[in-house]
Amino acid sequence: MIPEKIIRIGSGAGYSGDRIEPAVDLIKEGNLDYIIFECLAERTIALAQLQKMQDPELGYDPLLEERMKACLAHCVSKKVKLISNMGAANPLAAAKKTAKIAQELGLTNLKIAAVFGDDVMSMLDFSTQTFLESGESLSVLGNKIISANAYMGVEGILIALEEGADIILTGRVADPSLFLAPLIHEFAWSMDDYPLLGKGTALGHLMECAGQICGGYFADGVKKQVPNLGNLGFPIAEINNDSLFHITKLKDSGGMVTTATCKEQLLYEVHDPSAYLTPDVVADFSNITLKEIEKGKVEVYGASGKALTGKLKVSVGYHDGYMADAQISYGGSYALERAQLAIEIVKERLRTKNLEVEDILFDLIGINSLFKEYTSDIYPQELRLRIAAKTKTKETAVKLVNEVETLYTNGPAAGGGISKLVTEVIAIQSILIDKKKVVPKVEYFKS
Amino acid sequence: MKLKEIAHSRTGDKGDMVNISVIAFDEKDYPIIQKKVTAEKVKLFLGETIQGEIIRYEVATLGAINFVMHKALRGGVTRSLRLDKHGKTLSSILLEMPINTND
Repeated sequence: MIPEKIIRIGSGAGYSGDRIEPAVDLIKEGNLDYIIFECLAERTIALAQLQKMQDPELGYDPLLEERMKACLAHCVSKKVKLISNMGAANPLAAAKKTAKIAQELGLTNLKIAAVFGDDVMSMLDFSTQTFLESGESLSVLGNKIISANAYMGVEGILIALEEGADIILTGRVADPSLFLAPLIHEFAWSMDDYPLLGKGTALGHLMECAGQICGGYFADGVKKQVPNLGNLGFPIAEINNDSLFHITKLKDSGGMVTTATCKEQLLYEVHDPSAYLTPDVVADFSNITLKEIEKGKVEVYGASGKALTGKLKVSVGYHDGYMADAQISYGGSYALERAQLAIEIVKERLRTKNLEVEDILFDLIGINSLFKEYTSDIYPQELRLRIAAKTKTKETAVKLVNEVETLYTNGPAAGGGISKLVTEVIAIQSILIDKKKVVPKVEYFKS
Repeated sequence: MKLKEIAHSRTGDKGDMVNISVIAFDEKDYPIIQKKVTAEKVKLFLGETIQGEIIRYEVATLGAINFVMHKALRGGVTRSLRLDKHGKTLSSILLEMPINTND
């Protein structure tokens, strides 16, 4: 009989700006083998690429330094391997920086891997490729394109694990693959055992948003109560060599792991539950059942998977004009009438000044920002008018928010608290690329 | 009755699409959700917020329905003018949907 092998994986971040203390608690007290930090949203890599263009030593996650300083010593003393996509647009610089931080902390002999090869900018074919979302040709965007990163699978991380890396920092790797890679490595799963890869992907998908499976993004304040959200714990997945796994968390941390929190997370960002596409497998969640085997421990059965399509998704980041956002508040009787009058005035001004917008939105917001004493006989007691517009140029956006500002002296009575903001829009759309073209590369740094 | 009495819900986003899960608190109520919460009714209830089609997936083992909604974010998370660019609040709105158990 094969002795039971158990691997415990913690999730240390659900997004780039996530809380750091719950990750430190997991590393210290979770009896973990691995901690995974998922920090790379769709657009983050395009923003990171812009940073790298400014400074070739940057372009990795802005909290990398803080996270490493908080976690590295505990990872070493508890023998926990760290895997993260905090490399963003510059895994090499992230790994180099991490080696330096480790040295400063007196942690020597750490093998730190940079996994890259996701940058496919040079492979873009402007003449034939079209965006999946808009159907437009890439050629329409020309020099507005900032970045193009393929979603890689487990391959690069597997190489780094096989070569003994302690810390692995990647660029764009699909979120569940960050969790699936150590499972394949530890249990020697075959890369074409799709049902197993589907199981590991289900584990990764459940874990990738950290606090969201422990009762974060769940409480409704009335029917769905979650204890101690101010100290929300992050999840632990425990899996054995029969690929049976459960989700749990540290007992004294806030939040809860129940079948309900697991169900919400299982379907989060999923389209067809029988075909969840990743670079590694087409995972099938459509027959999953969940069972609370003890309080705070949910076992997951029935995940499976099928073979791949041979294509990878590529996120293309590009400059997409500007966004103008201007707001003004009205209170007391006739607040709604005055806000509506303001809208008509602004519309007329945009026509007069010939300000062209691609899209414009008029929102009415508000409860008690103007008067804390609620007087029930006036409804609405207050309104905040928000005018948001998308423009091709910065100049138009600036003119537009300034037009809203002129409502102070030229608009309806008693309009107050104007705010105005102009931001550059970095947008993301997707294309597909042959998986064969995307070759993972791994380089190492020693502390 | 409103949907919120028998179900909970979560929104996820991808590009200009959202998925909204509708999950029975108690699996014995799943057949009601399965029968009453159709793609057509959801589309009618959410109105012009969702510009594209709504596709419905049943996940009986979880007692849940997953709705995938196209053109839901006014151009997508990265370029939407909406205050809630991810559509995260849409799940709470959907739970206000009336369920008529008499017909």
